[in-house]
Order: sequence, then structure tokens, then C-alpha cells
Amino acid sequence: MLEIKDISVSYGEREVLSDVSLTLREGGIIALLGANGAGKTTLIRALNGTLPLSKGEIVLDGRQIAGISRREISRNIAVVAQENETRFPVTVLEFVLSGRFVHGNAFGWESIADVEFARNALNDCDLDEFESRLMNHLSGGERQRVVLARAIATNARILLLDEPTANLDLAHQALMFRLVRERCRSSNYSAIVITHDLNLASEFADDIIMLREGRIAAAGKAEEVLTVGNIRECFAVDVLLDTHPASGNVRVTSVF
Amino acid sequence: MLVIVLMASAMLGAERLPLFDLNEQQRSILFDIRLPRILLGACVGASLAVAGAGLQSLLRNPLAEPYLLGVSNGAALGTMLAFVFFQSLEITRPLLAFAGAGLATIAVYRMAKSRAGMNVERLVLSGVIVTTFLSSVIVMLTTLLDAAKLRSFTFWLLGDLSQATRNGVYLSAGAVIVGTVILMSQARALNLMMVGERDAFDFGVEVGRVRMLVFGASSLVVGAAVAASGSVGYVGLIVPHLVRLTVGSDNRLVVPFSAIAGAVFVVFADTIARTAIAPRELPVGAVTALIGAPLFIYLLRKN
Repeated sequence: MLEIKDISVSYGEREVLSDVSLTLREGGIIALLGANGAGKTTLIRALNGTLPLSKGEIVLDGRQIAGISRREISRNIAVVAQENETRFPVTVLEFVLSGRFVHGNAFGWESIADVEFARNALNDCDLDEFESRLMNHLSGGERQRVVLARAIATNARILLLDEPTANLDLAHQALMFRLVRERCRSSNYSAIVITHDLNLASEFADDIIMLREGRIAAAGKAEEVLTVGNIRECFAVDVLLDTHPASGNVRVTSVF
Repeated sequence: MLVIVLMASAMLGAERLPLFDLNEQQRSILFDIRLPRILLGACVGASLAVAGAGLQSLLRNPLAEPYLLGVSNGAALGTMLAFVFFQSLEITRPLLAFAGAGLATIAVYRMAKSRAGMNVERLVLSGVIVTTFLSSVIVMLTTLLDAAKLRSFTFWLLGDLSQATRNGVYLSAGAVIVGTVILMSQARALNLMMVGERDAFDFGVEVGRVRMLVFGASSLVVGAAVAASGSVGYVGLIVPHLVRLTVGSDNRLVVPFSAIAGAVFVVFADTIARTAIAPRELPVGAVTALIGAPLFIYLLRKN
């Protein structure tokens, strides 16, 4: 449903993303790994149509993304970004409802269906009690869950998640990944997730793409990508690999 | 509330008027002097308040305000240029005021925006720079005026409703209706812009279009308000702030309620300006600034 063909992105003279290709299938989850500055966030922003490409093309359901309106892109692709802060007193429900913007007309108010979408999303993210709390009174982790809830409320089929678990405690990390996976399995949504947690990637993603200096260093199934050599090349650390006793997936342990 | 304040304001003044049974002279005071002034005050208040509400959400900054951002001064300079160079053509005043407000808005926005984004301090500082620069140009222009005009001009610069005319009221009312409708049409998009431009873009807002419409609508209402009454300060700061405390941050409520509350506030302030040291008068801008400046400091500290 989302195809990226040989794209490059430049900031001025500097090329930050070079010749990246990937295909996101219905129901699929791709984990995007790489050291800081490897181009992960840039790739997500390019996929969402925010950054202009210097080369290549992005195709959404057979159509070039460059020719699709902002609203239609947002109806299909929702982003969970790293930063969301406001100085104004916005409630959690108002914030999540703003995800329904693309489904309403400009003057209009949210319909009952919109509110239902928002409430379900809050429920999915374990935020039922938070509805009328103010965004700027929440902890970092709570806010992050609200941001995910808003992306889910859009009902977009493709979720782009930029470090969605960065501020979350262990229980909510698992909840968030489980939630994303269930949606992808049951309703043919798909997701691209940036994470620094190699083990979460191994557990939850169908495919892993490892970026290094703006290029794809390795791509494929967890056991093909998460090798001692690849990890040393991309992250400059030595690791031990074994098999997770419960899931049977690759498990990565750093060697200090 | 608006109706009560309008009526009370109509009766109060250097000459106190009864509610009914007006004589000829009293009717003339009411309909030719006081009513245009009150209606103009209401339009000016509504204009400045909706412009403040819109700019604050757009720039993600509760301190954004037409007066503090230099938008009012841009309009004032435009009006003044029209006054000095096209004195016979009255219509050039609001037109140049609109152009001045628009240019000042764009200048401040460009200065405040850096690659890293826009923070509160940078925006306020850019506003101060544009405001002081425009003020000095205005002061230089005043040297071209004769003494009699100079006094009324100084009053006007501080924000003054005493020159209200019927045409001024019609023009202001037209501008504020058009401007408020435009801002209302963008209210839901502004709700997303409050969180962040990039974020709004991600969720389907055509950021460039919204920015242009909000800048345009604020310049329109501020231009009309300033051409008619000079720079009445702080209305755009105080009113949306109080409205948000009451109805929350949803711009679909903040914009219309700001219009009403802004009208009430300026009419109220002007009633004080007319009556406090009657029969002499204060410029209404002095009264709003007296209330607004301490609130500004409070908001700045809270941020």
C-alpha cells in the first residue's frame, strides 16, 4: 500500500537520506533502527509528505504522494511525533478529537461518531480516566499515550511512529506495541515504528530496516538483520545474541 | 451583557442622559455623538480581541497581541501616511492601515522565525523592535503636522474614540464581521496549529493557507480599528486570555466570545475614559493599557 522507490532527501547541500527503498504491506509492521542522526526521523517525515524529495518517488495505493492533497494524505497516514507541547490549556479529549480534523468540514463541529472514535482510542490506550485532564498537566509518558490515541482516532490505515515508547514505563511500552500489532493484524492497518529498543523490534516487527548515515545498511527479518556484524556497523557496539526463551525470537544483549 | 454595557454607557457621560423622554439636545448628544462612539468602541474592541485570539493560536503564543506585535503601529503608520499625503481622500486611511498592519505582521513573523522554530522571547522581542521602529517613523511624520492637528493626533495615537463618525462605524463593523467569519472558518485548524505547525500539517491542516488567512483577517480588522481609533493597546491580550479561562481553548468558542467580550471591554474602558475626569477625557488606550500592562507582566512571569 505504501511504496518507497529510491528516495533521497537533502538539507541544502547535505544529503541526509540516499537511495532508500522499502515497501509497507497491508497488516505489516516495519521497525526502523539506526544510531542518532542515521536519518530515521527524516525518512518518516518524507513518507508523510512533509519533506520534499530530491530524488525518487513515494506511492500510496498506486498514486504518487506528491499529487495527493494534504487532507487526503492525512486521512491515510497518521504520525506519532516526538514533540507535542502547547502553552494553551487543551484537554485530552479535545486533543484526541483534533485527530478527526481531516474527516470534518472547516466550520463544522465534531460529530457523535468523531467523539466515539476519540473515546475508543482513549480506551485502547488505557486513558479512560484522562478525558478531561489538561495536556500540560500530564507526565511525559501520559502525553505520549495521548498522542498515540490521537493517531489511532484518525482511523488512518498507516501509522508512522517516531519513538513511541521513549518515555513509557515497561507496562505501557508493551501495551503500546501490542496495541499497534493487534490493529495491524486484525484490521489490515500497517505501521512503521522508529525505536532504539532492538528487542522490542525483534518481538513486534515483521521486517526490520537498519539505517546508517542515510542509507539502508540492512533490511529483512529480525534474524537476518540483527546480526553482530550489522549492529557493530550501525551502532558501534558489541552485542551478544541468543534466543528469547519465551518467544523464540532473536534477543540482543549489549556487552559493556 | 453586551446590551447592558452598551445601554449603561449610552446614559453615562459628561452629560448624564435619562433612559426615556429625551429632549432635542439630549437626542443629539445620544445619536450624533455618543452612539457612534459606543458602536465604534464595540467594533474596535471586537476587532482587536479576535485578532489577538487568532494570532495567539497561530503563533502558539499567549502573549501575541496586535499592539505588542507592532501590527497596530503598522496600521497607525499607514493611516498617518494617508493623512499626511492624501488628506482629501479619506478612504485611503483604512486601506493604507490595512497594508501597514499586514506588512508589520509579516515583518515580525519573519524576524521571529528561525530554523529552530519560534519561541516566546524571540516573538515578543521582534514585536518590540518593529513597534519602536514604526513609532520613531510616526514621530518623525508628526513634525509635518501643525500644532492644532498635533494634539488630536497624539490623542489618536494613544487610542481615542472621540473622533467617531458614522462612516467609521460602518467600515469597522464591516471589517469586523468579515474578519471574524474568516477566523471562525479557520478555528478548528487553529486548534491544531496551537499545538504546533508541523503537527498540524501532519494531521491535515494546510498550514500556509491558514496562516495567510489568519494574518489577512487580523490585518483587516486591526487596520480598520486603528484607522478609526488609533492604537488601543492590550485588548487583544486581556480579552482572549479571560475568555480562555472561561470557555477553554477551543477556538470555535474563543473567537466569537472574544468578539463579544472585546466589545464589552472597550466600551466599558471608554466609559471610564469619558467619565473619570469629566468634562475632560482620557484616551481609551490609556485606560486599557493601565489594566493590560500588569496582566502582561503576570502572564510573562507565569510562562
